[in-house]
Amino acid sequence: MNKWECMVCGLIYDEAEGMPGEGIAAGTRWQDIPDDWQCPDCGVSKADFEMVKL
Amino acid sequence: MDSLSIVIIGTGLAGYNLAKEIRKRSEDVRLTLITRDDGAFYSKPMLSNALAEQKQASDLLMADVDKMRADLNATILTRTAVITIDKEARSLRLENGGQLDYDKLVLATGARPAQFPVDGDGADGVLAVNNLDDYAQFRARLEDESRENKSRVAIIGAGLIGCEFANDLASAGHEVTMIEPGRVPMSSLLPVEAGQVLQTALSSLGVRWYLERTARVINKKKHGYELVLSDRQSVHVELVLSAIGLRADTRLAEIAGIDYHRGVVVDRHLQSSDDSIYALGDCAAVEGLVLPFVMPLMNGARALAATLCGEPTVVNYPAMPVFVKTPVLTTVVSPPPRGADGEWQFTSMDNGIKALFKNGDQLLGFALLGDAVSERQTLTRELPPVLQ
Repeated sequence: MNKWECMVCGLIYDEAEGMPGEGIAAGTRWQDIPDDWQCPDCGVSKADFEMVKL
Repeated sequence: MDSLSIVIIGTGLAGYNLAKEIRKRSEDVRLTLITRDDGAFYSKPMLSNALAEQKQASDLLMADVDKMRADLNATILTRTAVITIDKEARSLRLENGGQLDYDKLVLATGARPAQFPVDGDGADGVLAVNNLDDYAQFRARLEDESRENKSRVAIIGAGLIGCEFANDLASAGHEVTMIEPGRVPMSSLLPVEAGQVLQTALSSLGVRWYLERTARVINKKKHGYELVLSDRQSVHVELVLSAIGLRADTRLAEIAGIDYHRGVVVDRHLQSSDDSIYALGDCAAVEGLVLPFVMPLMNGARALAATLCGEPTVVNYPAMPVFVKTPVLTTVVSPPPRGADGEWQFTSMDNGIKALFKNGDQLLGFALLGDAVSERQTLTRELPPVLQ
């Protein structure tokens, strides 16, 4: 499981936790999130996220 | 016939995100971006929480200008200032003597730190961090002034940016003093009760407060600065950071005779008083609203890209809560519309506070701090849209 960071606002998407409040189940891999998905905090597109090593 | 020529002034989040959205729709339009800086793509909101994570300016770079030119298939003119706009000829005059014609022009010039009147020979040494170059300079000054990796820093203005910097600097080990005319931090976005909770949280990091006061004089000392406050107290620090707020950069609109009031005046199509000129992001006043945050500019960029590519599209703003990057106490705020009827209701929590602004049963705004942040998705759905 990896974590991805929004390069615009710093939001972290943690694959292990998912985002149940946004309708993304825990354990959802980044590549399985639709390409038109937007950062819930700032609205930028999925392409503006980068994988982070934490 | 030549393809449509779109020129965008500014390569911040607004300019570059608009260019990306245009390219998603059209590979044919000719795209030119003009910037005063080096054209690197970075996110301004990240500048105020990069110190504690030990990020250098270069770590905040998402792409350099060559990569942006290639990705966007665009001409990007760097270190280039626009002198004026000839609206009749649809042509820009550049500082380097050049001229550039456009079919559609977009002002994405952003916002500049507000100036504040202060006396003293140290006034010129006050820093403001509004772009990546500023951030690099700020880091360098901080390192120069620090003793054992620690400096005393005064932040003038305890608004959103001031509080984010306070948290960041204090977490990085510096001694922070806040000087603010309001009764509590972030008084334009938070009700007093919530502002007090945020103040207490920042105080736990060692942040000190001079509220209901302003800095009148800044004197240069042999080492650092002396600030003389409105109540004649003096504060000694190595660095002074100004965070009193941003003003839309409307200079080109002023010069070119385009309507402006707090920002470049635009309608729901982001069109200015000149049919061929649009404005997006922190420099724009959309139906009178100046919202210098990422979410509104992303909504604007998507709508404007469609409009410019021949599909007139109005911008809609859903409820757009603002995240305040104060990790000591996570804060999300959606201020009620200006002048709205209603009242604040508060629920204290072990860690944080929930403040709801309601008119009867209708939720119109909120401030969620600490544990209350977990309710923001549910509560956001109850808020009316900002522009629909």
